[in-house]
Amino acid sequence: MTAPIEVSKGEAEAHPEDVLKGVGTQAIQGRSLGRIAWLRLKRDRAALGGAVVIALLILLAAFGPFFLQDPNAYHQDLIDPTMQRPKDGFLHSGISWEHWFGVEPTTGRDMLSRIVLGARISLIVAFLATLVSVTIGTVLGVVAGYFGGWVDTVISRAMDVFLAFPLLLFAIALVGVVPDDMLGLRGNGLRVGVLVFVIGFFSWPYIGRIVRGQTLSLREREFVDASRSLGAGHGHVLFKELLPNLLAPIIVYTTLLIPTNILFEAALSFLGVGVIPPMPSWGGMLSLAVPTYQNTPFFMIIPGLAIFVTVMAFNLLGDGLRDALDPRAR
Amino acid sequence: MGAVVMLVIVSMVTFGIFFQLPKLAGQTTDQLAASYVGKAPTAEAIADVKERLGLDDPLAVQYGRFVKGVFTGQDFSNGPSVEHCAAPCLGYSFRTNEPVLPTLLDRAPVTLSLAVGASLIWLVAGVSIGILSALRRGTVFDRMAMATALAGVSLPVYFTGLVSMAVFVYTFRLWPNGVAYSDFTENPGLWAWNLVLPWVTLAFLYAATYARLTRSQMLETLGEDYIRTARAKGLPERTVIGKHALRASLTPIVTIFGLDLGLLLGGAVLTEQTFSLPGLGSLSIHSILSGDLPMVMGVVLLATVFIVFASLIVDILYAVVDPRVRLG
Repeated sequence: MTAPIEVSKGEAEAHPEDVLKGVGTQAIQGRSLGRIAWLRLKRDRAALGGAVVIALLILLAAFGPFFLQDPNAYHQDLIDPTMQRPKDGFLHSGISWEHWFGVEPTTGRDMLSRIVLGARISLIVAFLATLVSVTIGTVLGVVAGYFGGWVDTVISRAMDVFLAFPLLLFAIALVGVVPDDMLGLRGNGLRVGVLVFVIGFFSWPYIGRIVRGQTLSLREREFVDASRSLGAGHGHVLFKELLPNLLAPIIVYTTLLIPTNILFEAALSFLGVGVIPPMPSWGGMLSLAVPTYQNTPFFMIIPGLAIFVTVMAFNLLGDGLRDALDPRAR
Repeated sequence: MGAVVMLVIVSMVTFGIFFQLPKLAGQTTDQLAASYVGKAPTAEAIADVKERLGLDDPLAVQYGRFVKGVFTGQDFSNGPSVEHCAAPCLGYSFRTNEPVLPTLLDRAPVTLSLAVGASLIWLVAGVSIGILSALRRGTVFDRMAMATALAGVSLPVYFTGLVSMAVFVYTFRLWPNGVAYSDFTENPGLWAWNLVLPWVTLAFLYAATYARLTRSQMLETLGEDYIRTARAKGLPERTVIGKHALRASLTPIVTIFGLDLGLLLGGAVLTEQTFSLPGLGSLSIHSILSGDLPMVMGVVLLATVFIVFASLIVDILYAVVDPRVRLG
């Protein structure tokens, strides 16, 4: 048995224990989709590994910069003045006890603290941009799928147009022409805001399409009819009935959108329209490595590996979540 | 029809964005004209340029003139002489004064070579690895292939490009003079040899995506009832896989392939930047960063033409691949 079917609001708030009385907590364990997914996910070592790496990265990005040395301090005593590269270390990396990841050619800035600060930028931009695109994509996708008709036509066409745009070019152009001072923001605060907006705004159709498709099939189901015949309005059906059922695909594609957005941010920084130097970013560090990598290959490998490990971790977790939450998976 | 509407929308949005954004950024048409004049702009020269390019006209008027130029050509009064730009006229670059269309046609072969070569590699490699993985699900091959594919989709192309250059160009010296684009018509062998690295680097990224997609599609199809029926009626496994399973699994691949190829033909921005290839992608980046509006318009329009065209071809290919689809 489960909880009594009808409980008026007053009762539930007044005596929650009474309501639950008689419900055997041990008797039968209902397995919700979330619980099944968790049981499956626990067995997926690759996905768990990804989750652990992500957790470590977040901790590092949040607290690392407080413990590490100044990422913008020059250490030119470590640089060979004729070759413009670190004097010692494996592959002229400048790796030492003081500088675990070596130092930058020419300036001698510490790579470890730059990578960690770069992680902060990368994760902040990717998370916020994903939030933007998931919000827009979910709302428009649900609305398009639920209402159908001309609403659906307009939104679907908009998605087609977005997908047909040379997005990278637009993103570069947009970031490139934003003034130095806007909406009370300036400098890197403004840059991060612009990056979040541009990336989020251009990647919503991917999740929008998926949500629309799921909504199309859900809206014909009995529980939606039931809710409507009980007199529920559009708002209730959309957000209380449909949305909870869309949660699984939304979670999966959110997890898979984050690495895409990390790569998007890195690409923009690589092309020179990311955060403003001397603030480090992974893509920016790679583009700095382009003119010097024949001399100092190590300088290019560090930021490349940082991008790779982070994106891979999110992809592993996303794949694991998809397998775990997919009711068709055996 | 839908294709034409798409082109019109994209061109309007592009025109609007690139025309309006510099203004929002606080740039006046005077400054725009000044950068067009170049060194030591005098007030008359600025006024002259503004007059000639019609920079102070309303947005709609400028867009109308642009569209008219595409269909009927356009005259530019260049001081005393009048320059005529023939029918598909995309205007002149703000920076170099070169006409836009010939510049685009000059750059297009590079991007075309890169995109077509890479797409052939990734299509063959990605799809066949995906099929093999699905058929040998759970084996060592499958695990290795999928691990590599996952790594492939997690590596940015500008990183793999730099690493492969560092290894093959600067360490093993397979290309002792570096990798530079050479024309196909002059020396096809050299053309292909010099493009091997960009092709493989770009194809690796896409092959990884395609292998993952093909595998999951194939596994889904193999679970369908009609596959069981086909097996039950005693068809040889080769026919079941080749004719029944493959066709159904390939449909979504064809769609994505069309979009990907169309997008790349408009400029493989990152790959071209990494390997310093003088294609449409590097042209577009350069034009955007230097505020060359007519050139940007040209590149974006051409890119959209490619994408729209590619999706048309995909629709036609659908009918070939999937017998359930009939062209109306």
